[in-house]
Amino acid sequence: MIELDNVHKAFGPKKVLQGVTLHVPQGTSLVIIGGSGTGKSVTLKCVLGLITPDAGTIRVGGQPVGGTDRDAFLARFGMLFQGGALFDSMPVWQNVAFRLLRGALKRPRDEAREIAIEKLRRVGLKPDVADLFPAELSGGMQKRVGLARAIAAEPEIIFFDEPTTGLDPIMAGVINDLIREIVVEMGATAMTITHDMSSVRAIADDVAMLHDGVIKWAGPVAQMDASGDPYLDQFIHGRADGPIEAVR
Amino acid sequence: MITGTLAGLGRATLALLAGLGAGAIFLARTLAAMLRPPFYAREFGHALLTIGYFSLPVVGLTAIFTGAALALQIYAGGSRFEAEAVVPSIVAIGMARELGPVLGGLMVAARVASSIAAEIGTMKVTEQIDALVTLSTDPMRYLTVPRVLAATLSVPVLVAVGDSIGIFGGYLVGTGRLGFNHAVYLQNTVDFLEFWDVASGLIKGAVFGFLIALTGCFYGMNSGRGAQGVGRATKSAVVAASVLILAANYLLTEAFFSA
Repeated sequence: MIELDNVHKAFGPKKVLQGVTLHVPQGTSLVIIGGSGTGKSVTLKCVLGLITPDAGTIRVGGQPVGGTDRDAFLARFGMLFQGGALFDSMPVWQNVAFRLLRGALKRPRDEAREIAIEKLRRVGLKPDVADLFPAELSGGMQKRVGLARAIAAEPEIIFFDEPTTGLDPIMAGVINDLIREIVVEMGATAMTITHDMSSVRAIADDVAMLHDGVIKWAGPVAQMDASGDPYLDQFIHGRADGPIEAVR
Repeated sequence: MITGTLAGLGRATLALLAGLGAGAIFLARTLAAMLRPPFYAREFGHALLTIGYFSLPVVGLTAIFTGAALALQIYAGGSRFEAEAVVPSIVAIGMARELGPVLGGLMVAARVASSIAAEIGTMKVTEQIDALVTLSTDPMRYLTVPRVLAATLSVPVLVAVGDSIGIFGGYLVGTGRLGFNHAVYLQNTVDFLEFWDVASGLIKGAVFGFLIALTGCFYGMNSGRGAQGVGRATKSAVVAASVLILAANYLLTEAFFSA
């Protein structure tokens, strides 16, 4: 479904991706782990076409990224951003229904609002949240609204960028469970990037470890603890000693 | 020492050229985005309100004090040649052709270019611009085009209002402080003010509005990371918009003068 082959990307002298190869089958949930600054977000943004790779190919459903009908391409995706990235100038329901209020998926305003409230309910928020503004919500509620927005147009592919960053452990667990439930329920293909190992265990079918711009290890989550890969072992156990330098 | 100075000069020149190139590309992308649907009417309406309507107080206050001071200055200068009678006509012509559009433009630049750059810059650093793209919405068409169009249309209206208030400021001082007869002052204002005096000011206003919004959007979209990046973008937007207004004012005045 999503195929990255030998993808390279540099920003000036800094080589962020140095030959990333990844295949994500349809309907599976891949979690990419790795330290800060290893290129996890850049990988996601390359798939979305927000960043153009210097070399390599990226295909989604067999079609290369950056084709002519960009709106149709992006309509297949939903994304939960690390900080929520909610539009603070509009109320919650308009954030959730953003795609349903304009463009190819435009619906009547009342219908879009109903769908938004339904999606808010799906992520555990009451309808009275719909008319609040993002600044009036807690961090956990903002993540839920971001999740509701990501699924509002029922995309085939959902990306989650650090979904539990900044949340307390209980709220992080709630968000992890929600993500897993929603991905299974929708049959969507999911790519998540995180440092949080509890998220990895809750969300992933497969795991890929990104380090120094390449995938160091990839495989099913069940094999992660017995991988024998020194990079992966150091990361999942949070050890300061190992092949990954503690100070980067 | 000399090599270092030359290297510094070279770097500054390259940075200037890169900035000009980026600005030209942004201008071309804005113009191209204006010609392609969709057009976001709701965003345009909101921009008209925030850029145009909410700038009325600052433009009005600037204009009334400027018109009042202008009347005093012209009277002081004119009295040296026994030409005090020109106060009404010169206040009107000066406000319409020059001070209305330039001072109005500078005040709107300070208020609007900063606000646009800060808003879009904050959207950029909080990934709201990326979110727009993932929601199949082109930020140029959704954010830039409505603001640029709204400023291009509303600043001439602000200039027209500012001209009227500025002339009224001159009238208040002329009749209240300098002893002009009310009817004579108004008659001189109307008799000597020509259509082109007003029209040239309105054309300037449209150009200034375009430059103000374009500059605000450009610096916002290219904002650096964090609070410092947004702060720098905001400051640069105001400085660049102000300098562009003054440069464009000279070029337009030269063009109108030659025509």
